[in-house]
Amino acid sequence: MAELIRETWGDPLSMRKAYGEALVELGKTHPQVVVLSADVSNSDHSGMFEAVYPERFFNVGIAEPALVDVAVGLANGGYIPIANTFSFLFATRALEQVRTHLCYGQQNVKLAGAYSGLSDSFDGPTHQSISDIATMRALPNMTVVVPADPLAVKKLLSRVADWQGPVFFRLCRNEVPQIFTDAYAPEIGKGVVLCDGADMAIICCGVMVARSLLAAKQLAAQNIRARVAELHTLKPLDTELVLRCARETRAIVTVEEHSILGGLGGAIAETLVTSDPVPMERVGLADTFAESGPYAELLDKYGLSVSDIVNAAKRAMARK
Amino acid sequence: MAMRVYPYGTKHAPEMIADLSRRAYEFRIQVLQMVYAHQTGHLGGAFSSAEILTALYFHHLRVNPADPNWHDRDRLVFSKGHACAMLYTCLAQRGFFPVEWLMTFRELNSHLQGHPERQKTPGIEVPAGPLGHGLAIGAGMALAARLAKSKRRVYAILGDGEINAGVIWEGALVAAKFQLDNLKVILDYNGVQQTGTTTKVMPTEPIADKWRAFGWHVVEIHGHNVAEILDALDHADEIHGKPVIIVARTTKGKGVSFMENDHYWHGSPPNEKQFQAALGELQEAVARWQN
Ligand SMILES: Cc1ncc(C[n+]2csc(CCOP(=O)(O)OP(=O)(O)O)c2C)c(N)n1
Ligand SMILES: [Mg+2]
Repeated sequence: MAELIRETWGDPLSMRKAYGEALVELGKTHPQVVVLSADVSNSDHSGMFEAVYPERFFNVGIAEPALVDVAVGLANGGYIPIANTFSFLFATRALEQVRTHLCYGQQNVKLAGAYSGLSDSFDGPTHQSISDIATMRALPNMTVVVPADPLAVKKLLSRVADWQGPVFFRLCRNEVPQIFTDAYAPEIGKGVVLCDGADMAIICCGVMVARSLLAAKQLAAQNIRARVAELHTLKPLDTELVLRCARETRAIVTVEEHSILGGLGGAIAETLVTSDPVPMERVGLADTFAESGPYAELLDKYGLSVSDIVNAAKRAMARK
Repeated sequence: MAMRVYPYGTKHAPEMIADLSRRAYEFRIQVLQMVYAHQTGHLGGAFSSAEILTALYFHHLRVNPADPNWHDRDRLVFSKGHACAMLYTCLAQRGFFPVEWLMTFRELNSHLQGHPERQKTPGIEVPAGPLGHGLAIGAGMALAARLAKSKRRVYAILGDGEINAGVIWEGALVAAKFQLDNLKVILDYNGVQQTGTTTKVMPTEPIADKWRAFGWHVVEIHGHNVAEILDALDHADEIHGKPVIIVARTTKGKGVSFMENDHYWHGSPPNEKQFQAALGELQEAVARWQN
């Protein structure tokens, strides 16, 4: 289990570059994959695919509703379209297309949501994406996947492509530490316990997994043994793992780069409340827009620091 | 200290044109410094709208910095919000807020967000950044002005990539249907969007015919020529029964030779060498307009 996490973390690597490289790899093994972008392919790095497979790449201009609908048409022809733009635009401007055709119409279109969470930090709240998980997971038939580091992007992208049906693949823009070893073998719908402990459980996703592991270390130094479970798939949710964490630790903290409303915290609360409502705390944005600024400082300012996780763990345990 | 304003109605004398033209280059220098200092922001589209914004804020618009929410102010919607460093510079120099705020652009705790935000920045009407909203919001503002029997005018500044968005054309139909002659769109027609030229990414020609077919009055001008901009704005005031679009032919990155027409400079900050070179070219342009 422990060998899933590197003993010393690798230097921060760009998540979007990892995604672009993974897309090119995918192009080799999956001739049915076609890639679409809406005039941001040099941001989301789908342009790396364009450079290698120009005939399988379509830039539709600044037109996100058309981006999704054109992808629907390609899926109808048997291709596996991967549509690329900023996360917030899939979850807002193109949402009707996503709901009606991907979810209700069950088209096999993958949405690669770039710059999610606060990771488009300097562009500010107009571009940051803090409600997309809530929106996407409320749609029937949608699958929601959030990779935690550059290696996870690569390993999960091929799973996403092979998965039948629409997927929202939520991506970070920035350089983040490499935490996983090559033994990490994620499967859609299955959570992963990264570090064991019985005093409480931290359930986390995305780039907050690294901060959660740091929090677990700090807690260990204070004699609190925290379990860290990564849920890279928010839907379908690994309820079996969530309930096991509740049963065995009796206190849970969720950690996500998203609003505390409707995302991972919402999903876990919904699960616990019907079967085993143990004390639970949510770490995330407190139902507020953030602002412009450097990424790490923004995460700290808006309630996503390592000490926010540590404090939440103590609060949850105190309520046991 | 706010800069001198040539109030609406002032004759377009050569000295005024030269003064405003020079300022547009001074503002480019300010924007260059803002983007360089924090290594983030959008230069190309800011440089291409320098003369348009300068002409509006220092002559044509009826606004009052001391009372930014004055009921009958002209409305300006800067729909291509990514280029807001130039908008912020004009607003500061016009007296809406201290010039000292400018260098905090995109910092934590700044009044000046990466894209315009009404709550934090005096003079901003609506947020912008997600492209495409300005025209339809402008149409609503124009309807409100008509309902209130106000003479205020509404201006929306759009990018030429921005008009790829379907909602632009929805708004265009609405404005024509309601014959909103108090709505004037200025299209910053620089021929470049984020990932390349508009010809490559999404062709928009024939541009004037498109807007005419949608029921608009079209004026085409050279968008870095302050005299042409001011004349077109006056001309737009004389058009009745139709919304007006001024297609301003501009150059993305205007004023810095190595930035012009290159989509790399849409959203990339300069390094020190590039900064110095750009600064030098812009300072020369300022000097040219001084004589
Ligand atoms: C709806 C939407 N899609 C994509 C983007 C990302 N984006 C920001 S600026 C830009 C290009 C804009 O080009 P243009 O309108 O020509 O502006 P200008 O050349 O004046 O800078 C893009 C694609 C966005 N801000 N909003
Ligand atoms: Mg343009």
